Amino acid sequence: MAQIPAELKYIASHEWIRDEGDGIVTVGITDFAQESLGDVVFIELPEVGSEINKDDAIAVVESVKAASDIYAPVSGEVIEINEALVDAPESANEEPYDGAWFFKVKLSEASELEALLSPEEYAAECE
Amino acid sequence: MGQRTALYDAHIEATAKIVDFGGWDMPIHYGSQIKEHTLIREDAGMFDVSHMTVVDVTGSDAKAYLQYLLANDVAKLAEEGKALYSGMLNEQGGVIDDLIVYRADALGGYRVVVNCATRDKDLAWMDQQSAKFDVSLTEQPDLAMIAVQGPNAIKKAKKAVSEKIANTIDKLSIFQGLPSGGWFIGRTGYTGEDGLEIMIPSDEVQNVWNSLLENDVKPAGLGARDTLRLEAGMNLYGNDMDETISPWQANMGWTLALKDERDFIGKAALIEEKAKGIEYKMVGLVLETRGVMRGHQKVIFTASDKLGEITSGTFSPTLQQSIAMARVPADAGTECAVDMRGKAVPVRMVSMPFVRNGQKVYK
Repeated sequence: MAQIPAELKYIASHEWIRDEGDGIVTVGITDFAQESLGDVVFIELPEVGSEINKDDAIAVVESVKAASDIYAPVSGEVIEINEALVDAPESANEEPYDGAWFFKVKLSEASELEALLSPEEYAAECE
Repeated sequence: MGQRTALYDAHIEATAKIVDFGGWDMPIHYGSQIKEHTLIREDAGMFDVSHMTVVDVTGSDAKAYLQYLLANDVAKLAEEGKALYSGMLNEQGGVIDDLIVYRADALGGYRVVVNCATRDKDLAWMDQQSAKFDVSLTEQPDLAMIAVQGPNAIKKAKKAVSEKIANTIDKLSIFQGLPSGGWFIGRTGYTGEDGLEIMIPSDEVQNVWNSLLENDVKPAGLGARDTLRLEAGMNLYGNDMDETISPWQANMGWTLALKDERDFIGKAALIEEKAKGIEYKMVGLVLETRGVMRGHQKVIFTASDKLGEITSGTFSPTLQQSIAMARVPADAGTECAVDMRGKAVPVRMVSMPFVRNGQKVYK
């Protein structure tokens, strides 16, 4: 059974969002996502400083099985990316909620946070 | 729910992720496809391949029948135990299936192993073609099959079986197979490593699987089987060739025995295609930058407007980069790129295999 930590928010395309306060969020992919993808072999991240719009495809995860787009759960500016993840993509399988965060976004629309799914709502999406 | 092999419960116990494969519920991996792949390149692992179809061909015309049915010539099997890889073609020269045939005198003829996804059409075709021959076709659905593969596979497998079976294993050169007390052991495989494919009565296979586990042979799923065979440059039926593709265009020219008077199904079409000029060929592609090539992506050439197409693409765990098989125009040169998600990414054309016995071998 895939883990869905209670302190995070989610979107239906299997990204998680952690509210870091000060209008900043961290984004990654869920345990359900990594399990469905199988071994992750490459990750492409957006550039730091790029402006992103909610629902844009802004990163790519390549697994042994398929290439999958990663969608922006919120709009804003990418302020940091996880370079270590690019060098060790397998960590997306090993620690999807910890070491394998993807990028951090400075929100341009704080209200977008309210539209994110709760753990319970996301769990229903995984059934 | 699909069909289940006699080892299904063992897979569940080993926390396999189960997927549908040609109507069978089969393990795709047991946690990590890449770890399973690497284990087989470096040590040993085992696959449940009980879904494959085993057919015995017996009767006074068994040899003549197979000589007519198959594009490769079973007359090459000069003694008991030898095995042969061949295509089974239609009249147009398209590949109905690829298979291994073992000369099995002790079983009264030959043992043929065909793919599971093509079972029904293969058996129907084989039956149809047998009308003119004194031959019996007997499927062996009660045989399970375990493929033990890797540089240490034979050493470990011998410890897991009876002395009698171990003695039979000792008699086998590469690409040979022999029966032994209801079992049949082939020194064959689909990984590019040494190893065995062991056919075992279904009611005994669970014990053999457990005994292999106790001898430190870990299970590997069909995911690893696919990346291993692709590194080894071995075709997957349905991906790399099918009934519309001739052996000439599927890197199977070496399996065609055309030099003598023997007639076989598809021969005329193959000779005609060769005389006209073969339009497409199968090549290997290596992506030296990041990303993974996938089946059905288009191959674009600098020197030609004609396109090629990837038939199988993956990430190679051994080479740590993406490799693919592609069917490309024979006259388009070697400078090419692959259309990956809208971007033309340059790739290198190479001759296969990519990997043999754990080592990179392409140039």
